[in-house]
Amino acid sequence: MTVVLSAQQVRKTFGSELVLDDVTLEVPEHSVTVLIGASGSGKSTLLRCINLLEPIDDGRILLDDVDITAVGTDPDAVRRRIGTVFQHFNLFPHLDVLDNITLAPRVVHGVSKDEAEQRAIDLLARFDLTAKTHAFPDRLSGGQQQRVAIIRAIATEPRLLLLDEVTSALDPVLVGEVLELVAELRHDGMTMVVATHEMGFARRVADQVGFLSGGVLHEVGVPEQVIDAPRTPGLQAFLTALRHAGRL
Amino acid sequence: MSEQSRGPYAPSDARIAREAAARRAARRSSMIAAVSTLIVGVVLVVGVTHTPGWDRVQASFFSWDYARQSFPDVVQGLWLNIRVMVVCEVLILGIGLAVALSRTTRSPLLFPLRIAAAAYTDVFRGLPLLLVIFLLGLGVPALRINGLTNSVVVWGAAALVLTYSAYVAEVLRAGIESVHPTQRMAARALGLTPAQTTRHVVLPQAVRRVIPPLLNDLVSLQKDSGLISVLGAIDAIKAAAIDTAMSFNFTPYVVAGALFVLLTIPLARYTDWLSARMASRQQQGGVA
Repeated sequence: MTVVLSAQQVRKTFGSELVLDDVTLEVPEHSVTVLIGASGSGKSTLLRCINLLEPIDDGRILLDDVDITAVGTDPDAVRRRIGTVFQHFNLFPHLDVLDNITLAPRVVHGVSKDEAEQRAIDLLARFDLTAKTHAFPDRLSGGQQQRVAIIRAIATEPRLLLLDEVTSALDPVLVGEVLELVAELRHDGMTMVVATHEMGFARRVADQVGFLSGGVLHEVGVPEQVIDAPRTPGLQAFLTALRHAGRL
Repeated sequence: MSEQSRGPYAPSDARIAREAAARRAARRSSMIAAVSTLIVGVVLVVGVTHTPGWDRVQASFFSWDYARQSFPDVVQGLWLNIRVMVVCEVLILGIGLAVALSRTTRSPLLFPLRIAAAAYTDVFRGLPLLLVIFLLGLGVPALRINGLTNSVVVWGAAALVLTYSAYVAEVLRAGIESVHPTQRMAARALGLTPAQTTRHVVLPQAVRRVIPPLLNDLVSLQKDSGLISVLGAIDAIKAAAIDTAMSFNFTPYVVAGALFVLLTIPLARYTDWLSARMASRQQQGGVA
């Protein structure tokens, strides 16, 4: 089993507040790791530390056995190999869908314009967005924007894809189309770390589920175990709250 | 789908009545606008032309004969203004962008540049343009540096460039800072370097946002190009001054003023057209 990502005793503070406390997590190749936990539990921070948008205080993070948190690491080189999708899509409003997707392949990876566009067109066709090829982001629904953002992130063929609550800003009816896309990527063998509140989705696509609370990774395991047989009181309380809210 | 199966659409009586009411309201509005414009116009014209001194004012500012007489001289001077404007506009946009980028950079290597850029904008936005024109146009040639031009046109234009680049730099900086940080973050997450992020993500959005104030500055520059006349350069204003000195009639100034207004109108309309086009392009999509 090849391990793509390995976080080891990662510790992160914002001022005096400890937001990640001794987090250790291994992400095997072609697997989906789903992070669950209440807002503010550290899920997003962990993802932002992995793609080096936030520096960590202690511990280390390895990508393909190379320490990417070592002093002197070029963060741009690391980010070229990690795709990231945000809660609020963050598409570039001045570029149409095609240019949003081809920007990084052309500018960062030196792919020719024709090749980048052909690849983008193929991806758009595959995910049913051909009609939107030349549309600007304002004219897309939230679900379409998020699907374009995911395509933009995988257009550079990343080694690892990070999805940060990609459905939290969406209308409930639009959540499905985004999750379908993620499920297809899993089928392709994309290695992913996904922070989400969608427990049904976690159960369906996760190879392992991690429960974060107060910056501590309390439980990691297969979904049947973590979601259906929680061992820690924190996770039990979290799941009970979700059940009462009708979200489980 | 269901629309088609119900057969061709026929507007209901309610819609016809609603549209007729809207047309009546529109007609009434344009009537009121026309009448009030007419009243204001008549009051202004009658008010000014019935003042005791109107005849003398008309003779010394609005004389048709003097206007015709001075027109060729003023137009010839205006050609100098036009050349100065065009050269200055190109330089100002270039320098303004460089200063704005220096002020927004976070690279520690460029820290001295950032300080210099901040000092530059502070000084040249504060200094009266006329003073800068005198300093450069009269001061620099007086240094008698070998090989340096003494042309008042060149030094007058340099003063315009120095002053206006400071304004344009601030407008561009405001645009750059108005781009939401998440845009920069999304670009960096895709692996773009800071420079690539600025070039492909931040600047295109920033420039689009500030085009109206930017062109406003350029319109203002066109008009201020007349200030180089204080150095003796024979532009439209100076040509009018020469004619006025011979005839003691101020009409040539009015001619020059009218020509400046005419010159700025195309740029102003272009600004409006550009903003409208950008707004519709981003909102419609699919047709770009």
